[in-house]
Amino acid sequence: MTDTPLVIAGKSFTSRFLLGTGKFKNKQDLSDSIIAGKSEIVTVALRRIDLERHEENILEYIPPHVTLLTNTSGARNAQEAVRIARLAKASGCGNWVKIEVINDSKYLLPDNQETIKATEILAAEGFVVLPYISPDLYTARALVKAGAATVMPLGSFIGSNQGLKTKEFIQVLINEIDLPIVVDAGIGAPSQAAEAMEMGAAAVLANTAVATAQNPAMLAHAFALAVEAGRMAYLSGLPLKHSIANASSPLTGFLYDNAPSN
Amino acid sequence: MNILINGKSHPLTSAKNLSDIVSAFCRESKHVITELNGTIVPSDQWKQTSLKDGDALELVTFVGGG
Repeated sequence: MTDTPLVIAGKSFTSRFLLGTGKFKNKQDLSDSIIAGKSEIVTVALRRIDLERHEENILEYIPPHVTLLTNTSGARNAQEAVRIARLAKASGCGNWVKIEVINDSKYLLPDNQETIKATEILAAEGFVVLPYISPDLYTARALVKAGAATVMPLGSFIGSNQGLKTKEFIQVLINEIDLPIVVDAGIGAPSQAAEAMEMGAAAVLANTAVATAQNPAMLAHAFALAVEAGRMAYLSGLPLKHSIANASSPLTGFLYDNAPSN
Repeated sequence: MNILINGKSHPLTSAKNLSDIVSAFCRESKHVITELNGTIVPSDQWKQTSLKDGDALELVTFVGGG
């Protein structure tokens, strides 16, 4: 297959499968999943250090060739997202940030308006900004203008494993936005990841599905294969769907001249 | 004196710099990020940064996240 690499902010990636690092039962599973899923971009979060419990740092389990993408989870508005991004940058672990602004605890839907504001500020400061949004064309256009490096629309509610509930709206972004569209959230199975890639998504991010599988590394590998298969199908020029049958064998009779009468 | 570390009050018997605090409270300082009274303090400035009574310090690091 001849494919161009995924390019985000001038950096090239062979893999189009991004992995989140939350919810893994143990850090070895995480490490194995990154390798098995061939992920080159993984997300992490920032939290206060628990001074009572000494935990091993998650970064020790992420291979050094991987690009770290710090999310701003926990941010309820643009200001908090900017603060978290600046803290992450101060660690010296790069300036790639996934803007995630959520102030609704039931559906965990991203606040698109605050996300635009945070993107404007951080892109101007030189961050590579990957904003996570509810798929909306006007928001995506504003993010392009604000200097986003990608647009990351949600497939369905975070951690719901429901797949591409927002499929038609993601397709609009793929068709209209001249930035890589990375489908994030709700991707619960490799088939759903393949579906997103067949539509022309540039990449897919999964976390909960892999982290909570009985064998996370095996599922990460399955995701990598599905993303690759979906990408290949997209590049092949997938034919359109038809509402009636279209014979795949010759329509003449087997031994007689007449085609079936119906 | 008392300083607030990650929202909790901690008594300090002697004046200390930020580097001492990080060593005392964190298992390793490698991926620790500090914010003192709302301002990020880069690790190369920890030694020169002394703490005073009532300071609010945040010690944060990376954890798993999607």
